[in-house]
Amino acid sequence: MSNTSRRDGRWIFVLLLVLLGVGAAHGQSAADATFLSTLGELREASFPDKEAIIERMTQGGHPNTRVVLTAFMEGRLFFRNDDQNIFMVKSTDESLPALDLIDPLSLKPAGSAPVENLTLIDTNNHLRSVLRTAVARFGLSSPDPAVRLDSAREMLRSLDEPTVALLRQRSTVETNSSVKKEIATGLALAALDSTDAETRLGAVSTLRNSISQDVRNRLESLLDKSPEGTYVESDERVRKAAATAVKSIDRSRAFYADIETLFFGLSLGSVFVLIAIGLAITFGVMGVINMAHGELMMLGAYTTYVVQEAMPGHTEISILVAIPAAFIVAALMGILIERTIIRFLYGRPLETLLATFGVSLILQQLVRSIFSALNRSVETPAWMSGTLQLNEALSITYNRLYILIFTLLVFAALLMVLKHTRAGLEIRAVSQNRAMAKAMGIRSEWVDAMTFGLGSGIAGVAGVALSQLTNVGPNLGQSYIIDSFMVVVFGGVGNLWGALIGGMSMGIVNKLLEPYSGAVLAKIFVLVALILFIQIRPRGLFPPAGRSAENQ
Amino acid sequence: MKHKMMYMAAWLLATGMVFSWIAKAQEGKDTIKVGILHSLSGTMAISETTLKDTVLMMIDEQNKKGGLLGRKLEAVVVDPASNWPLFAEKAQELLEKDKVAVVFGCWTSVSRKSVLPVFEKDDGLLFYPVQYEGQESSKNVIYTGAAPNQQAIPAVDYLMKEVAVKRWVLEGTDYVYPRTTNKILEAYLLSKGVKPEDISINYTPFGNSDWQTRVVQIKKFGSAGKKTAVVSTINGDANVPFYKELGNQKISAEDIPVVAFSVGEEELSGLDAKPLVGHLAAWNYFESINTPENKAFIAQWHAYIKNPKRTTNDPMEAHYIGFNLWVKAVQKAGSTNVDKVLAALPGIETPNLTGSMAKVLPNHHITKPVYIGEVRADGQFNVVWKSAGAVPGKAWSEYLPESKDVISDWVTLKCGNYNTTTKKCSGQNYQ
Repeated sequence: MSNTSRRDGRWIFVLLLVLLGVGAAHGQSAADATFLSTLGELREASFPDKEAIIERMTQGGHPNTRVVLTAFMEGRLFFRNDDQNIFMVKSTDESLPALDLIDPLSLKPAGSAPVENLTLIDTNNHLRSVLRTAVARFGLSSPDPAVRLDSAREMLRSLDEPTVALLRQRSTVETNSSVKKEIATGLALAALDSTDAETRLGAVSTLRNSISQDVRNRLESLLDKSPEGTYVESDERVRKAAATAVKSIDRSRAFYADIETLFFGLSLGSVFVLIAIGLAITFGVMGVINMAHGELMMLGAYTTYVVQEAMPGHTEISILVAIPAAFIVAALMGILIERTIIRFLYGRPLETLLATFGVSLILQQLVRSIFSALNRSVETPAWMSGTLQLNEALSITYNRLYILIFTLLVFAALLMVLKHTRAGLEIRAVSQNRAMAKAMGIRSEWVDAMTFGLGSGIAGVAGVALSQLTNVGPNLGQSYIIDSFMVVVFGGVGNLWGALIGGMSMGIVNKLLEPYSGAVLAKIFVLVALILFIQIRPRGLFPPAGRSAENQ
Repeated sequence: MKHKMMYMAAWLLATGMVFSWIAKAQEGKDTIKVGILHSLSGTMAISETTLKDTVLMMIDEQNKKGGLLGRKLEAVVVDPASNWPLFAEKAQELLEKDKVAVVFGCWTSVSRKSVLPVFEKDDGLLFYPVQYEGQESSKNVIYTGAAPNQQAIPAVDYLMKEVAVKRWVLEGTDYVYPRTTNKILEAYLLSKGVKPEDISINYTPFGNSDWQTRVVQIKKFGSAGKKTAVVSTINGDANVPFYKELGNQKISAEDIPVVAFSVGEEELSGLDAKPLVGHLAAWNYFESINTPENKAFIAQWHAYIKNPKRTTNDPMEAHYIGFNLWVKAVQKAGSTNVDKVLAALPGIETPNLTGSMAKVLPNHHITKPVYIGEVRADGQFNVVWKSAGAVPGKAWSEYLPESKDVISDWVTLKCGNYNTTTKKCSGQNYQ
């Protein structure tokens, strides 16, 4: 009841302002009041009502409309329960107890409010697509060329009379070349509906250089026949030009699709490499079959979760903090396993296998008891989500790109440690000839523990990366342990480069096969190929050479 | 003096024997054993542990009301450890050793198929709470989850009519439930005039985490100028990387909506729901549905589990319904004898949590309302469509040529798969 009266009050206020004949100086505040009251109606509107309100706001043309509608689209528009005022919030990070408010009129910070005191003005799929188009129309006159480009692209998806008019209007003043190109594409698409054959021919020749799938579909539709058997496009020249254009677009799209497949292969390969290089050290260099390797990765992933929980509101950097933290946690656990179990079992691979398998079960149950059997949600920082749009046919997802780079960094760092540090030298010495290394004064037991810790730490770091790709749950390790052993065996035991080349090539082969065979068969093919390969070269791609190899 | 002592001893002995005999008799007579057959370890523990707790809560509640037929209920919990053959062993243990009156259990179809022969041989009673692929009706099982006509078909109808979808991707995990469901859906879509080239079916392994190639294919399939939707029967775990990849490749729910049959509140609580906002799920229950029954149930659940953040979900409601149906049937039959309870069950009604009634049908399925919800950023669902009342579950799909003439009726025909054209009951053939 108080609600309605308050709203009535506002209407009267607006009316008063208008009746009092406010001058030009006060015109702005009258528009503000209308804007606010229109916004206020969103509180109790149904979805169809909300659509009408958006339409009115778009036509009202208040300067803040775009910002507010964007917030609405992104689920950042709330009203405060106690005074019913509408606010935007900066971010809706769930880990925060209170949200920072932004005033929709001044666009300035307006304090903060606890989550319980705010009610989201919600949207559904249909409303969000309405909002997207509305926001795009505003975006076309934004001073930022990137926003204009996005808006133009968005408008191409739903071309109608008013959109085309807006594009035409903008095309005369636009200066940025990529935006200009998008607008030209849009106008050409519209021109395909023209009754004049020459205009249509011109449009096709403009569209020939595009690589967009939408343009291709539109051009191909010119070649369709109507049910009566006549061509939709009456002019033969236009049809011919369209057919050539479709072919050229297909050709360039196929080229980019190949590059994309290659990238997918490398990114899958980088995950293989990341999960295998820790094992390449423990299994390859030390000869220990560590079935708990996957669980060490799981510990790394859970560390990421704990770090994220410990730093609410800092999702962006928590993942960077998690990398050393996961390394330390997994390395300490690795050293503990080595000191308490594995060191008594050196030279007895079967017992080691069984004992570490037992350890893996214990670790799984440990996290189940601490964190419950439910998966934990690790949030992806904003800088790791989304895509790097290289052009319309080729885009690369950021998370995969960063993981690829991360893998190469970890690999390089590990190589440096083994080749250029005292510890690395000792590790290599002990693995090549334990007796001789001992005779030279190296504490081989200490080196064993450190080596195992290093391999385990790398597993923990791999867990951080996996937390961004898959579920963080007690079974995380199990699903990767087989793959990691496969990579190490394929690459050649005891060789880091083998793990790198082996992992990458397995990833690429997998991804090359997948479009033809499906994911299930691709995996089987790779496994069969690997078995055959091992028959021919039992020691993998890069067999260990020299004296140490003969002892094995 | 000596005699007195002897009399006393004899009297003590006798009374002791009588008491212990009475106690023993009461022990056997006084409790009704309820078996719970849900994995508490292994891959399915994530989903099934919650269901074990739900049944325990229901038993607790019933005991507070004074039990059943004047006797207390006693839970017998076993752990089949997500291991399908172990499900059969544990079921046998429950039925033969513990002599339970009823079993609430199983999640995956493969575990249900594994225990079926045991329940039929030992004449047990199983309440199965999860949505499944249909094409089955056993004398000894009450299916309280959705059959395809209570979930998959209405979801596809919704997309076809309300969202005007013309092109379909049927995406599933590679096992029996997705394959059967997709077979039914494909036949249904073809019968509605969808062209074969507008349907793309694909299967991925359990726990698939690399969705890059497949999402690119879906994007390409969806860019042919016709509205496209994905009907997902992807199993629990693999969903997270799938939705993440969709989000990363900027496929939003407005472009290509994904409607899922295995993603509920419990699954969403384990992941960051923001990339999923707007995608759809079809269920018979959502935690966000505002009814007094549902509010009471959620409050009861939070009090029982001592954690106000735990969610409720569709299979929990199915157990809630199943348990109440069983209680009513036992009261009606006046006995926990499986045959008497099975005879009493068809026709029994109990309110569900969303404001309508769940009724046991002669085919051992129940009536359920269908809801379609859009995922919200907080991991709950906004209901965007609901069926006009409760839909009766159909055991056999009318869209598949091999089952279109088959019906199930345990009341008059006493048969789970009666062929109406050949007038024959082919016996228990689960295919």
